[in-house]
Amino acid sequence: MRHIISLLMENEAGALSRVAGLFSARGYNIESLTVAPTEDATLSRMTIVTSGSDAVIEQINKQLNKLVDVVSVMDLSEGEHIERELMLLKLRAEGEAREELKRLTDIFRGRILDVSDHTYTIELTGSRVKLDSFIDAIGRDLILETVRTGASGIGRGNRILKL
Amino acid sequence: MEMTGAEITIRCLQEEGVEYLFGYPGGAVLHIYDALFQQDKVKHILVRHEQAAVHAADGYARSSDKVGVALVTSGPGLTNAVTGIATAYLDSIPMVVISGQVPTFAIGEDAFQEVDAVGITRPCVKHNFLVKDVKDIASTIKKAFYLAKSGRPGPVLVDIPKDVSGHKTEFVYPASVNIRSYHPQGRGDSAQIRHAAQMMLEAKRPMIYAGGGVVLSDSSAQLTDLVRLLGFPCTNTLMGLGGFPANDKQFVGMLGMHGTYEANMAMQHCDVLVAIGARFDDRVIGNVEHFAQVPRKIIHIDIDPSSIAKRVKVDVPIVGDLKLVLTELLEVLRASRQKPDAAEMAAWWKQVDEWRVTGGGLRYKNSSEIIKPQFVIETLHKLTGGDAFVTSDVGQHQMWAAQYYKFNHPRRWINSGGLGTMGFGLPAAMGVQLKHPGETVACVTGEGSIQMNIQELSTCKQYHLPIKVLSLNNGYLGMVRQWQEFFHGNRFSESYMDALPDFVKVAEAYGHIGMRIDKPADVEPAMKEAFSRKNDLVFMDFRTDSTENVFPMVPGGKGLSEVVLAEDL
Repeated sequence: MRHIISLLMENEAGALSRVAGLFSARGYNIESLTVAPTEDATLSRMTIVTSGSDAVIEQINKQLNKLVDVVSVMDLSEGEHIERELMLLKLRAEGEAREELKRLTDIFRGRILDVSDHTYTIELTGSRVKLDSFIDAIGRDLILETVRTGASGIGRGNRILKL
Repeated sequence: MEMTGAEITIRCLQEEGVEYLFGYPGGAVLHIYDALFQQDKVKHILVRHEQAAVHAADGYARSSDKVGVALVTSGPGLTNAVTGIATAYLDSIPMVVISGQVPTFAIGEDAFQEVDAVGITRPCVKHNFLVKDVKDIASTIKKAFYLAKSGRPGPVLVDIPKDVSGHKTEFVYPASVNIRSYHPQGRGDSAQIRHAAQMMLEAKRPMIYAGGGVVLSDSSAQLTDLVRLLGFPCTNTLMGLGGFPANDKQFVGMLGMHGTYEANMAMQHCDVLVAIGARFDDRVIGNVEHFAQVPRKIIHIDIDPSSIAKRVKVDVPIVGDLKLVLTELLEVLRASRQKPDAAEMAAWWKQVDEWRVTGGGLRYKNSSEIIKPQFVIETLHKLTGGDAFVTSDVGQHQMWAAQYYKFNHPRRWINSGGLGTMGFGLPAAMGVQLKHPGETVACVTGEGSIQMNIQELSTCKQYHLPIKVLSLNNGYLGMVRQWQEFFHGNRFSESYMDALPDFVKVAEAYGHIGMRIDKPADVEPAMKEAFSRKNDLVFMDFRTDSTENVFPMVPGGKGLSEVVLAEDL
């Protein structure tokens, strides 16, 4: 099953590689991994999307907690949460397709960031499913470049991951 | 007063009460060696290979309750140390390794003797640090010792670039450590402990399975009280030997791949299993699906939550320091009016005793013609009264030592259980002997393993370490040969060592005494003579039966009850 794990860790050189190294050394899946500093400059927040049996996910949580640089871990998928991913797409946009692409972008609530004679560059935010749907709707033939950040997640309401 | 980073490093070791620093100098640690030269509190032991420095620090730590400390230079110094670090990591040994690094301005430029020490060691340390500012040395070393010793112990690496050890700053040693992300568990959950106690009291076929955690947490007394209070059978893992006295009638021997029949059968058929400081590894329970076929309740007590429910499902997990958890568990049990059901216990012991008979015990066919390796260990046990420190290398001799030397006290059996590192025994014995001068330290090894760190005979000479080396020389990499005999159609691919050296001459060349023993009748007299030489290292080259195999054996991938006994072949 797919899980979104959020963690706070020391914003120090090498901390990211400890997490990445743990996943490769123990053979855990990483679908995506995002990391950036928080409002507290000494802490980074990481979101890892992974998958595995309940036993594997339990081990992932325990092993992450064991890393000395990791301050706090939360499996967001254990409760209500919000998941968002940013995608930048460069599309071939010529002739009649330009209008159609504009319309689809509006339907998905995306924004066209850059326009050239032959291309659109589109920004789209949402869940993984929504971004996948947009790609399907556009059709792969028109896609020149795809850049996705991977999911970032946050708990709903009072589910707070803070030091 | 301002001090250099190197002086600060040594001062920190003094503050931590470090007696011995095992190491090997080189370019990147020259400042540190210079600071070492100008003091006499920390004694440096100059090994002949960095791997041995780490193993010696490891042996020192295992035989005491202190942190082992090693010092190596950058590049090859560090890479040579990695095997030792991984050995300590797999067995959770508290250790601080200080490595030199190229100057900060040269890092990343593929400088002479540069490797990414933090990167290379990351998967085999509890934690590691690259110190980029001289002001951070003292606090980093303080943290390193704290991390190494607390919680589940392990090795910690501190990598110090040469310019950092040369820079100056004020020395302030922090009084305490606070790492906001690190809070090892102390006491266990009281409700869980009560729950576990009740489950134990109601058990019909209980079993206590204790591992290296008991030794590491110095909880042997509590474990022994627990086992005797309840009257349950108790087994130890390879790492746990000595954690419960082997001469106690409730001890059913070591379990696992080469464990006793009764220990493995009781493990497989018990209804309540109490795992204490052990981790259900593949050499202990064999095939995990086979193990799970029999329904049983599992209580698992361990300091490391990630050890719990890693390989088997656990019914009552208790995370905490073993000594505190066992103490509380004992209080609960003593306060309870309920006792284990006497009739059920009698029936269970009857069954265990039947397995003792069926399995035939640990046995081998002795000979008057050729030396049986088991006989050498039995003689060692007899002559040392079970009170020696015994280090071992890895292979058949390790298993025979574990089986036939009956350890009654913890921290006496020093071996590489997790990583299985050949070349561990002799350097580990150096650390043990330094920590326990005047005590008998025996290194049980083989002609394969000993050659992986035989250069340390030179270190032993320099520091007058009267270790007794018992080499069970059968000309083969015996455990490899055994597997090839059982599972690879007797095709002894590269397991025979031709052109072995004359070990007597080797020992003599290093300034020690060498003995070659060929006949069974000479085993005891030779050993007596060797042990009477209190001030000498004696290398005993026992020419043993090359066809002898280790039994019982649970073949790899099989279940605990699918054991091969000696007469089955």
